[in-house]
Amino acid sequence: MSNDWYSDFVNSGFGKSIAGTVGLPPVPRLRRYEPGQPLLSGPALLGTATASGRVAKVVRSLLTDLGVEVHEDPQAPVGGGSSTSKVAAGIVDATGLSSPADLAAIQGFLTPVMRRVGPSGRILVIGDVPGEAGAPSVRAARRALEGLVRSAAKEARYGATVNLVHVADGAENDIESTLRFFLSSRSAFVDGQRLEVGTVPGFAGSSQGVDWDKPLAGRTAVVTGAARGIGATVAKTLRRDGATVICVDVPAAGDALARTANDVGGSALQLDITADHAPATLLDHAQRHGGLDVVVHNAGITRDKLLANQDRDRWNSVIDVNLNAQLAINDALLASDVFHRGGRIVTVSSMAGIAGNRGQTAYGASKAGVIGMVDATAPLLVEKDATINAVAPGFIETDMTAAMPVGTREAGRRLSSMTQGGLPIDVAETIAWFAQGASYAVNGQVLRVDGQNYLGA
Amino acid sequence: MPSAPSSPRRAAIVGANRIPFARSNGAYARASNQDMLTAALDGLVARFGLAGERLGEVASGAVLKHSRDFNLTREAVLGSRLSAATPTYDLQQACGTSLQTTLQVANKIALGQIESGVASGVDTTSDAPIEVNDDLRRVLLAANRAKSTAGVVKALAGLRPGQIVPEIPANKEPRTGMSMGEHAAQTAAAWGISRTAQDEITVASHQHLAAAYDRGFFDDLLTPYLGLTKDNNLRADSTLEGLAKLKPVFRPAGYPDTEATMTAANSTPLTDGAATVLLASDEWAAERNLPVLAHFVDAETAAVDYVHGDEGLLMAPTYAVPRLLERNGLTLQDFDFYEFHEAFASTILATFAAWEDPIFCKERLGLDGPLGTFDKTKLNVAGSSLATGHPFAATGARIVPTLAKLLHEKSQRDGTAGRGLISICAAGGQGVVAILEA
Repeated sequence: MSNDWYSDFVNSGFGKSIAGTVGLPPVPRLRRYEPGQPLLSGPALLGTATASGRVAKVVRSLLTDLGVEVHEDPQAPVGGGSSTSKVAAGIVDATGLSSPADLAAIQGFLTPVMRRVGPSGRILVIGDVPGEAGAPSVRAARRALEGLVRSAAKEARYGATVNLVHVADGAENDIESTLRFFLSSRSAFVDGQRLEVGTVPGFAGSSQGVDWDKPLAGRTAVVTGAARGIGATVAKTLRRDGATVICVDVPAAGDALARTANDVGGSALQLDITADHAPATLLDHAQRHGGLDVVVHNAGITRDKLLANQDRDRWNSVIDVNLNAQLAINDALLASDVFHRGGRIVTVSSMAGIAGNRGQTAYGASKAGVIGMVDATAPLLVEKDATINAVAPGFIETDMTAAMPVGTREAGRRLSSMTQGGLPIDVAETIAWFAQGASYAVNGQVLRVDGQNYLGA
Repeated sequence: MPSAPSSPRRAAIVGANRIPFARSNGAYARASNQDMLTAALDGLVARFGLAGERLGEVASGAVLKHSRDFNLTREAVLGSRLSAATPTYDLQQACGTSLQTTLQVANKIALGQIESGVASGVDTTSDAPIEVNDDLRRVLLAANRAKSTAGVVKALAGLRPGQIVPEIPANKEPRTGMSMGEHAAQTAAAWGISRTAQDEITVASHQHLAAAYDRGFFDDLLTPYLGLTKDNNLRADSTLEGLAKLKPVFRPAGYPDTEATMTAANSTPLTDGAATVLLASDEWAAERNLPVLAHFVDAETAAVDYVHGDEGLLMAPTYAVPRLLERNGLTLQDFDFYEFHEAFASTILATFAAWEDPIFCKERLGLDGPLGTFDKTKLNVAGSSLATGHPFAATGARIVPTLAKLLHEKSQRDGTAGRGLISICAAGGQGVVAILEA
């Protein structure tokens, strides 16, 4: 399966001893989600920065309901062990900061946590939304968390992640699916990132009665570009989580598409999404399944050329597939009852759309355009209690990356906090979380799934 | 479970899937009938979300079949994503096979015996069975029957070098020793079918098929297979001038003064492929929110005595159609689409000529006057066998959904009902014809 020979080597018995002796960077094996897996594999430390923190009690209630051992003192002995025993997670409620001076409490909590968090552990900082603060000192303190988290993520080892969630004022009871995502191994390759919850006003939904083993039960999803690669994995992941999946790809990829559709017990729709009739055909097909709850815009193409050598046809084909087709389908979804109330649109942007990539002006433009589309569409979807979010993958191990020159590929893998490429499942897990009904308060977000790749901020 | 209706209902054609057809010994040279049929079934299952479903039945068949494939359809279903509880059977009626399986499945649905079924057909001329010749077979069977070593040795003493020559299936009629093309050449000569008329049919077939692909007509009728995304016999740039340069390949025996007119282009090539059609009751389709493209109305099968009876081998549809029309109170002109299997361009032209001939219609068909002609712009408007190729048993299951979709498009576009006629000639002097409506 793995074509990452370096990772295989440093994880072998002999390789480990060599790597330890000469100082080769280790490549941690990441814990990934399997159905039935507990949210955390061990105890959690839960700290509060200020007395006015508003999320700690929500977090505590979730963890204790799940039977997780929770301690407030970061030096507490855990699991019958000592004050240095490993923990699975360190969570800090950083809401209610009034000035940068309050940051010291966070440092005081996280310093021992950084030493105690185990392999594939989770450090999660939960703060207020900087833009909601008026006073410069408050906003400075809130914004400071981002630099703290991004830096700590670069220090965390053995597959541990450090992420930041900004919770809008009043949304503290709407964070359960987000907490579950960032604390679980579903977020294995999400590191050093920031996400906002509840920042698009007017959201509505509930986590009541959710079957967290099948969070997509009863929902119908469409996945474009589902024949192979990340799209096929997304289809399987949505199915695993309970959805009925309509698999879409171009007619020429129909044989692989049929395999994916049959693997997930869904249906296959051979469709060129850039065709004028594509939105109507898609909605028509969805009626077979009683309508649509989730649309995953995964289909994308690259036609890489240096800008100096680019031509109009290649340029247009990238913009058409990666951007125009999504815009046209979204318009149709907004106008149609076939796209149900409480629907979810999830689209795939890219690291190249954030940081840019040599030879990828068209691709980078299309993927940055996707982010603009998400920004503008999010408020439009509120009236349908729907959301739109984007995942921005970094270096993900696919057939495409396997064909890269060795130097480029190794740089893509190693120049990240995880010192490895991600897997299609990492992208799929993020999409599946956005797709949950319980993620109703997560709207207009772009989340990088890149192991904190050093390309782009 | 609905009870059997008192009067037959019409079976619905829900949709279809086939693999692209491939010229012999090309893209599918290493694919078996079972491989191709399984792939076509799996594409159908995917298109309609039928993974794990138990259907009423799957009926299929192949003309060229290995003896080990006695349960070809059952083996394909067991290897497919359909429920293993889906019953199957094999049927073989030469080139009429999968129109006949369509008829079987449609009839069972009409009678309420089943609610859903797949009609299909498959053929390979690349992975054809090769047998030992009869002489060698007799020697080997005798050796197998022998009860002592001495007996085996005695039996094997009958081995001769000539027995090494294998029996390869040939495209010829056992009772005449003539190939199908030679038969068709005689019919073409008898009816005075011109080379130009045949080439015009051929060019139209290629152009219509190419246009159908271009407008995405096959996007929900076909799934790529082994790297092919289109029928590889298709020549979109086919022209009359180009075809006129080809040398004839079949000479009409017994017509010394008649010019040979049949070429490799206006005759169908040997082809590999598989095709499937999903049929169901309207209720079954409605329960699953599946579309109904058209309904299967009626069908007729005819046979002619081409051995002693002075009739052309492939002329049976000429007899079947008037019988079908009469039973349904229709005339030849009452159709919006005509789907005639182009075994040879000359075959359908001879059929048309016969229907315009008052003597033939009176003496052979027993009609008062000629059946007449029809608007040829309605003929094979999405291309037919000359362009797609012709895997014998798969052709009916290619044509049925093509017509069903054409009728569905028309009814969506005009809001009016439509009717289409299918005609397929078959080896052995047989022919199957059918009517669809939408």
